Amino acid sequence: MITDPSLDATPLLARLDAAQRARVAGTGREVRLEPGRRLFDEGRPAVGCWIVCDGSVALDVQVPGRGTVVVQTLGAGDVVGWSWLVPPHRWQLGAVVTADTRAWEFDTERLRELADRDPALGYALALGVAETVLHRLYATRARLLDLYRSDRE
Amino acid sequence: MLPVAHRVVGRRVETRDAVTLRLEPVAARLPPFRPGQFGMLYAHGVGEVPISVSGPPDSGGVLEHTVRDVGAVSRALHRAEVGTVFGVRGPFGTSWDAGSEDGAGTDLVVVAGGIGLAPLRPILLTVLERPRRYRRVVLVAGARTPDDLLYCRELATWAEHGLQVELTVDRPAPGWTGQVGFVTEPLARIALDPARTTALICGPEPMMRFAVDVLTRRGVAQARIRVSLERNMKCGIGVCGRCQLGPLLLCRDGPVVDYPTAGLLLTVREL
Repeated sequence: MITDPSLDATPLLARLDAAQRARVAGTGREVRLEPGRRLFDEGRPAVGCWIVCDGSVALDVQVPGRGTVVVQTLGAGDVVGWSWLVPPHRWQLGAVVTADTRAWEFDTERLRELADRDPALGYALALGVAETVLHRLYATRARLLDLYRSDRE
Repeated sequence: MLPVAHRVVGRRVETRDAVTLRLEPVAARLPPFRPGQFGMLYAHGVGEVPISVSGPPDSGGVLEHTVRDVGAVSRALHRAEVGTVFGVRGPFGTSWDAGSEDGAGTDLVVVAGGIGLAPLRPILLTVLERPRRYRRVVLVAGARTPDDLLYCRELATWAEHGLQVELTVDRPAPGWTGQVGFVTEPLARIALDPARTTALICGPEPMMRFAVDVLTRRGVAQARIRVSLERNMKCGIGVCGRCQLGPLLLCRDGPVVDYPTAGLLLTVREL
């Protein structure tokens, strides 16, 4: 169970009331992750999610001929992993810890059970995930704009 | 209006298409440039372009300008060898002014995208000279790739002297162990106290809009945010109107503009 009061300020859980947050906290625990530890791999069943407290995690993709390519790095406050929420519950990317990291790790099977029993909690949680996805998509689209390119290209 | 002769006395390659030129006056000296201001640099027989000062202010008439090769005039400047003489007019425009206010108790967040770090370098150098002026200073700088990061040799020393430096790239290269993501991502993560934060932003306009969005969502008031804008400039002295942005002439009323003024104008597509 996560007892750190700063969990209450986590944007992912901002729409939950205190009782709901306590139930979510009950599915989690604080973990220490060492650099090099792989949290998940592309295509595997999506189980678990993390909120980084401090440290960093890199999301990566295997590209034949290029090896493991990092597509994004995540840090303090970031959610790692949301494919557990949406069928077919398979990871779309890989994730590896890149620095000594402290994180909150959640049992996503229990989270889904909580959401099934309490749709209001589920909805609030889904909105929190959607907001995270929105901001990450926003930043990804900004990168697609290639704003730093030279006019000569 | 007349260009004042300056000789290139130093040339430092920053990236594959950007160099920093160090210019000394041949005879007459221009008034001191303040951080954020620009000069009109004249390459004889080619033309004249506005380039922000990128070096320390008050350097006894010596100017530093970081030039990116993007057109005929900037290419001529970029290729100049030591000894080449250019004409310089200026200083023009508004400054960041962050160094002139009493920053005690204030956190300064500097956000730079690509070549946008160049106009911000003078304010960072000023802060490094007077580190107690601000409670905290954070630089968040983004670039396309690791090879496109400006001032690489200095960035490490800035961090050693107390600046929190967050670098990120859009596309990593083999061997890059730093952050990967758009500049707004580390900006969303850094610890900040919105009520104490002043933000200075320079880079491509969409990047500045996105960065302001992140800061205002985090509670930073727009009045505490300043951006550096640019439009095509010709005279530099508020006469020709080429650099008009709504009611502003950026050579005179900019390039540094507070966001309550700039924000509305940047959403008007026709401008």
